[in-house]
Amino acid sequence: MRYLPLSPDDRSEMLAKIGVDTIDDLFADVPAEKLLTEPLDLPRRKGEMEVERILGRMAGRNVAASTVPFFVGAGAYKHHVPATVDHVIQRSEFLTSYTPYQPEIAQGTLQYLFEFQTQVAALTGMDVANASMYDGSTAAGEAVLMAHRVTKRRKAVLSGGLHPHYADVVETLSHMSGDKVVSLPADPRADEDILAAIDDETSCVVVQTPDVFGNLRDLTKIAEKAHAHGALLIAAFTEVMSLGLVKPPGAMGADIVVGEGQSIGNSLNFGGPYVGLFAARQKFVRQMPGRLCGETVDAEGKRGFVLTLSTREQHIRRDKATSNICTNSGLCCLAFTIHMTLLGQVGLQRLARVNHANAVALADALATVPGVEVITGAFFNEFTLKLPKDAAKVVEALADKGVLGGVPYSRLAPDADCDDLLLVASTEVNTDDDRAAYVAALKEVLA
Amino acid sequence: MLNRQGRPTSAGDGAITADTGTFTGNRALMQEEALIFESGRYETTGVDFDEPENFSPRLGDLEREGDIGLPGLSEPEAMRHFVRLSQKNYGIDTGLFPLGSCTMKHNARLNERMARLPGFADVHPLQPVSSVQGALELMDELSRYLVTLTGMTSVALSPKAGAHGELCGMMAIKAAIDAKGEGETRRTVLVPESAHGTNPATAALIGFKVKTVPADTDGTVRVQAVKDLIGPDTAAIMLTNPNTCGLFEPEIVEIAQALHDAGAYFYCDGANFNAIVGKARPGDLGVDAMHINLHKTFSTPHGGGGPGSGPVVLSQRLAPYAPVPFVIPGAEGLTLVEHEQYAEEKPFGRITAFHGQMGMYVRALSYMLSHGSDGMKQASEDAVLNANYIRAGLRGLMSQPFGDKPCMHEALFDDSWLKDTGVSTLDFAKAMIDEGYHPMTMYFPLVVHGAMLVEPTESESKSSLDLFVAAMRDLAQAAKRGETERFTGAPYHAPRKRLDETRAARQPILRWTPREPVREAAE
Ligand SMILES: Cc1ncc(COP(=O)(O)O)c(C=O)c1O
Repeated sequence: MRYLPLSPDDRSEMLAKIGVDTIDDLFADVPAEKLLTEPLDLPRRKGEMEVERILGRMAGRNVAASTVPFFVGAGAYKHHVPATVDHVIQRSEFLTSYTPYQPEIAQGTLQYLFEFQTQVAALTGMDVANASMYDGSTAAGEAVLMAHRVTKRRKAVLSGGLHPHYADVVETLSHMSGDKVVSLPADPRADEDILAAIDDETSCVVVQTPDVFGNLRDLTKIAEKAHAHGALLIAAFTEVMSLGLVKPPGAMGADIVVGEGQSIGNSLNFGGPYVGLFAARQKFVRQMPGRLCGETVDAEGKRGFVLTLSTREQHIRRDKATSNICTNSGLCCLAFTIHMTLLGQVGLQRLARVNHANAVALADALATVPGVEVITGAFFNEFTLKLPKDAAKVVEALADKGVLGGVPYSRLAPDADCDDLLLVASTEVNTDDDRAAYVAALKEVLA
Repeated sequence: MLNRQGRPTSAGDGAITADTGTFTGNRALMQEEALIFESGRYETTGVDFDEPENFSPRLGDLEREGDIGLPGLSEPEAMRHFVRLSQKNYGIDTGLFPLGSCTMKHNARLNERMARLPGFADVHPLQPVSSVQGALELMDELSRYLVTLTGMTSVALSPKAGAHGELCGMMAIKAAIDAKGEGETRRTVLVPESAHGTNPATAALIGFKVKTVPADTDGTVRVQAVKDLIGPDTAAIMLTNPNTCGLFEPEIVEIAQALHDAGAYFYCDGANFNAIVGKARPGDLGVDAMHINLHKTFSTPHGGGGPGSGPVVLSQRLAPYAPVPFVIPGAEGLTLVEHEQYAEEKPFGRITAFHGQMGMYVRALSYMLSHGSDGMKQASEDAVLNANYIRAGLRGLMSQPFGDKPCMHEALFDDSWLKDTGVSTLDFAKAMIDEGYHPMTMYFPLVVHGAMLVEPTESESKSSLDLFVAAMRDLAQAAKRGETERFTGAPYHAPRKRLDETRAARQPILRWTPREPVREAAE
């Protein structure tokens, strides 16, 4: 077996040195009747070529985003990732290292985490950011738990513009821990009265912008009302690239900001791994979940970085920890940091404008299709269509014509009574031809 | 030898010693590297895009104003920055990485290649299921492997790492208890004191009270100790097997039975599954739920702290409560159940957006296909053999807290052998860095004083182990000889000397800020 260096001779020599006769003498604590004697019913070992054939065949049964006109978003986005990113994250020293528990030989990881935290804080307009969560949805769940700790209250209010998967994650967690959640109904036109839902029992309000329908939301008034009642505003986003062009939550009074960072540096990967971003006001830092990287000096006074404030964490605090998270999204943070560094603010802003321009062009083109209404007013790179037919069926029909046209809202929230709504995203990867193909296909499907 | 060029062929006595500083602060291949916020420029970008042609923005009045505060680097500068950073890191490919409990085994690059096939990497989680049949097939196949290897009934793939798997498993247990109407009474979870911190943290996260089970003098948990704590309030135990001392729990079957008799559940922390793949099945031992860290046992890279993946295998009793989403056969191929209301069972909800860590599923399946049934069993045996070989090589010199007896895939030492040397476990670990090794896990598990947990994995050759044992013996003897400075000042040869963690925590600096705020971000 190509991954196992020991030879049969090595094994016998080693057993002798240990002082046992057979390998199973080392498994003596396993109850004898539970020790397997036959190999399990799975195929034998395979060479690289055979594995490539098997997995290649499976991969070939999927439609890759780059092979079709592609407009699917709703929480994960198709962007172009520079070649440098994938090269660097495959360097052995990054790929095959562990969480930086030994900082003297992990300064590479620690320095990029410090850069990552700084980038995320700048993007969101917040004071501090952690070294990542699993993804945007689990970051949202953790943010609600953190708000409960800060406010010592246990009721969260969720906007109807929050991605239904994010709401589901918060609801599951809250149900299990016995906390209360008030989820407002789906709010495609961003006209819900969330202010009315905030009261003196409210721990936090969770509002997404751009929301799942694409609407940009002004959070200022929500922050004011929340703060007046002693509650926190948690701002969420699923498209981090929007922050290149759109007012950051930190400038609108958010106390905690969570979001999905996949769009910068990370591929679609059928849903994961992604990278959860988590930022907060300085005064809440000791209530934050997850790893934090901090600056310090070494014995010679040279600057260096370490994991810090770990008395919040499970390995020290155990059942009193702020979170149970251990492994996070390290390498995805690195991908994010490299891509963000290549872009710089100039590149990010330009790329964000390209996204926005493409989405505006697409919205205008689709609005010409008879029966189609674009219901989103202010948006970044994603908007919602109201269709004269069931959106799920339309998406299937579009796929048959080779266009991946978006996500029917009913797929995310089947009971929301929004069967005619289609979420459509457009990024820098879309061309004029893609748009023309979409318009033509949609015309045919709706005819 | 005749040397006509005047070029010295040996170091010579006039050579600059290692201690001599350089003008730049660099040391040959080891380069000092500024933060991007110091070397980058606000007007630079390393990505070429044209400005979009004139269009009217539709951002309402929510346009961002002013600088964001993010400098950029050109591509060559960025490449050099990150490559230099990488050179300050130790990875498995650098050398032996015996970090106990973390299973730092070889990360085959075939798995990286497979995960990057466009049919896996460039596929969106919400594409129509008809366009992702291969992805669902892969998830289905991975599930079959995991269920077969563990002898369990089903698997929830979506947890994002081990701790998330713990959360998933404990939520399934809570849902099962609630379904029986016992939610109000069964509020306590038993956790051995040797458990990983994520176990008590997980239980507490969803409102369970944690009761600590003492470890026996041999490092394992006695069924009697569990029985003493079991009551009508017991929801479950969270037991690691093989445990964090590197030992197989000899009374595991009886412990499972005791819990089941009391109407409680057995959550097994499967972080150490690598010791027993193909040798024993958790399902045969009475386990109800167990997470598997794909980034340990099935070699998906740790990537400096993630991403991981923590599927949870479930017993018949818990299978109905598995969270959404999951893959089932449909009318036209495979399909995904994404919502509770469409399931025939009783899913407890959703724990993450989308369907989990597909990129990790591909790598893990690639590992499993490569090894096959025979190779996985061999890998476990070699992992256990290697750990015992190290234990045998160090016995007599370093103390084993529970006596000289076989371990599973990791060998545990304590610090009693360092008594009166002035050298601590931490010092010893830092001296290992100078010798070119990543230190073992230190001060965990908590039940052993000054713990040193050594897990070589099956990826090490005999000669690599021999070198490691020799280095450890040299160090141990030096410590006993009283060469204290070799340890207390270590590391001497790493990119940084010992770092001041107290200072970092006392005045936390968690982001870069300009010395003088040159350009204040407008917001
Ligand atoms: C025994 C044990 N349990 C649980 C975990 C948590 O797993 P993860 O880091 O994947 O969340 C670890 C990982 O370090 C572990 O060693």
